[in-house]
Amino acid sequence: MLVDFTIKLILAGAFLGMVLNLAGLLTWVERKQSAVMQDRIGANRAKIIFPKWLFPLNWLVWLPNELGLFHSLADAAKMFLKEDFVPRGADKFLHTLAPAISVIFALMAFAAIPFGDTLHLGNHVINLQVADVNAGILFVFAMLGLGVYGVILAGFASNNNYAYLGGMRAASQMLSYEITMGISILGVVITYGSLSLQEIVRAQGSVWGIFTQPLAFFLFMTAALAETKRVPFDLPEGESEIIGYFVEYSGMKFGMFFLTDLVETVLVACLMTTFFLGGWQVPFLQPDGFHWPGGSFVAISHGLVITLGVLAFLSKVLFFNWLFMAIRWTLPRFRYDQLMHLGWKILFPASLVNVLVTSIVVAWRG
Amino acid sequence: MAIKIIKRKELSFWDQTYLPMLFSGLWITSRHFFRNFFVQTLNLFGLAKHLKGSYTFQYPEVQRPLSKRARTRHRLTQREDGAPRCVACMMCETVCPARCINIVAKENPDPNIEKMPASFDLDLGMCVYCGFCVEVCPEDAIRMDTQILDIAAYSRKEMKLDMKELLNPTTAYPVKK
Repeated sequence: MLVDFTIKLILAGAFLGMVLNLAGLLTWVERKQSAVMQDRIGANRAKIIFPKWLFPLNWLVWLPNELGLFHSLADAAKMFLKEDFVPRGADKFLHTLAPAISVIFALMAFAAIPFGDTLHLGNHVINLQVADVNAGILFVFAMLGLGVYGVILAGFASNNNYAYLGGMRAASQMLSYEITMGISILGVVITYGSLSLQEIVRAQGSVWGIFTQPLAFFLFMTAALAETKRVPFDLPEGESEIIGYFVEYSGMKFGMFFLTDLVETVLVACLMTTFFLGGWQVPFLQPDGFHWPGGSFVAISHGLVITLGVLAFLSKVLFFNWLFMAIRWTLPRFRYDQLMHLGWKILFPASLVNVLVTSIVVAWRG
Repeated sequence: MAIKIIKRKELSFWDQTYLPMLFSGLWITSRHFFRNFFVQTLNLFGLAKHLKGSYTFQYPEVQRPLSKRARTRHRLTQREDGAPRCVACMMCETVCPARCINIVAKENPDPNIEKMPASFDLDLGMCVYCGFCVEVCPEDAIRMDTQILDIAAYSRKEMKLDMKELLNPTTAYPVKK
């Protein structure tokens, strides 16, 4: 009992640490990738330089210094040191609660995501998934839906009309796109006949979800990008022009909203990987080794198979993060009526058609 | 008044889905990304220095090349013996629209030249960089070709340059720290 508990704690700690580190790193990736895309160099001035007599450490930090990796550290330090401001007339409790709600529900959704196959260690069978919920999809969507509360509360509790309107915009946008998101994923559920994320990944051993559900892939990606509230769907925030729901936030409370955005980006990347890119599946890799298409077979050990699976999951997630960043720095922002038009008149009917076609095909094939 | 009717191009079905434009946009940005990523990585390790991965000048270390005609900080030109070429004719002081030049004249020991400046003060905080002083000078005594751009100071007093500083514009800052 105690051993199982410890194993679960280690799994949760490892996964949470990975997600948070990835989200922190994304602040750096965002600046650097946008810079490289736009023929610039990007942030490279935050450096750690040790005194001369500690020169081996200077060699060690040379590459991070050159790449500007310490900018994420500098950002975090700045966030913690800034004044934590609550406007007059604002509800202090709700004002403090809102960012916490946002980030906690975004992080909790990761519990249901499988990042590896079952690992046999001695006589322990470890499912590489923090919580093996048999209705994992519902759990993830519930957490995503609860995340809306943080945004609305931030708007309500700020005692600021701009923040209030920003919160309303965010709520209506997230609710609109959540419907498309749910219905587009219904096609995947019908295809694989399961609500458990681990089962869905396991069923994608031969053919990945992107090939069985190509339309759902695009619909889900668009809706999920809208859920993360980033450009081109950043109307709730609109840092530079239209004022968003966290206008009255400063310091680490703002930092938590910012972190939520990036955590949700990672979450959406994880979901996309799980539903459409086969999760931890490596092409041609079976539990006993590689079965190449020519008929040749390379046997590899169980530990290596699991490690390859986890690495495959991680690299797919990183690929999606890269893609989302590329989209974020390529497309301009939608107008609000265009956003609603896209959500309700294009994506929503298309997802319904997708469910219909999938159901017919599944029923046809028995 | 003639009316010109500009016909908007009708969007086809494919254009209206925005998908072709979306993919071509992503193609352009990711092409730039991968090219620059490759070149910048090579440059970081000292390879392929002839390729440029960005158009950035790392400013305090590397200064951007300026046009030769760019009007930058002023300097006073010198005669062969190091004395200022200025003859204190007051032309620049008179023409200056910002009234930032203040000259005090004195007798020049050389009998061929009438006057020379006892002090030549220039307030960079007031200067508008119009270049009239350079144009009006009959002796080519003042020029704006030092290529010094970082004119900054902590107080207005520090923005004032005296003749010594103007004759030898060596520092990048108006006042030595």
